[in-house]
Amino acid sequence: MVKRVVTGAHYGLKDWLAQRVTALVMAVYVIVFVGILLVCPPQHYDEWRSLFSNRIMRGATFVFFISLFWHTWIGMRDILMDYVKPTGVRLGLEIAVVLVLVGYAVWAVQILWSL
Amino acid sequence: MTARQRPKYLDLFRIRLPLPGLVSILHRISGTALFVFAWALLYLLQESLHSPESHAHFAALAGHWLVKLFLIGMLWSFLHHFFAGLRFLLLDVHIASDLGATRAMSWAVLIASVLLTAILGVRLW
Repeated sequence: MVKRVVTGAHYGLKDWLAQRVTALVMAVYVIVFVGILLVCPPQHYDEWRSLFSNRIMRGATFVFFISLFWHTWIGMRDILMDYVKPTGVRLGLEIAVVLVLVGYAVWAVQILWSL
Repeated sequence: MTARQRPKYLDLFRIRLPLPGLVSILHRISGTALFVFAWALLYLLQESLHSPESHAHFAALAGHWLVKLFLIGMLWSFLHHFFAGLRFLLLDVHIASDLGATRAMSWAVLIASVLLTAILGVRLW
């Protein structure tokens, strides 16, 4: 019989790596995005909208958001593990964070694909 | 042999937090702030993109001094998290990980994020 705590070890390295990879993905997106704003800043609504309705930009922004919410889950889980000791409270907060992040992901997709 | 009573300064107001420690705890605080207020940023993005009418609503919201103040707070949180994060990535690959270099980089992170927040904040106000 396998005796393991649900919140146990062994997936730490995967999360550590995911945190770094998602950070790099977001850093590249942000640098490119700031570059676009510097080189050809959108002057009014139409240009701002067409920037995000562009196929490549929409895909990149989607990848950015998924990276952001994945990264946020790892970071918030680390913080909750460090500061919230009662297991029940921590589990409740972790579930709340997951639900909020899934909701954000759905919302972000709605924003991007309603353009 | 009796155990020596060594002083343990776990009282947050008595320990002196080293500079890299300050950058680290601010990384956590700024990340948490970004998470807690992400709904507001997503809402602003939605309003700015959805339609010309919603864009006007976005512009009116972003013009309010309270929203501006909030956005400047978010800007600092983002910039600190960004620069401190890059520093952590460099430390992961053992760049500038000796004490002198990591302290210098901690200063650079703190100063760059505050300075950029000030410059962009003044420009966007």
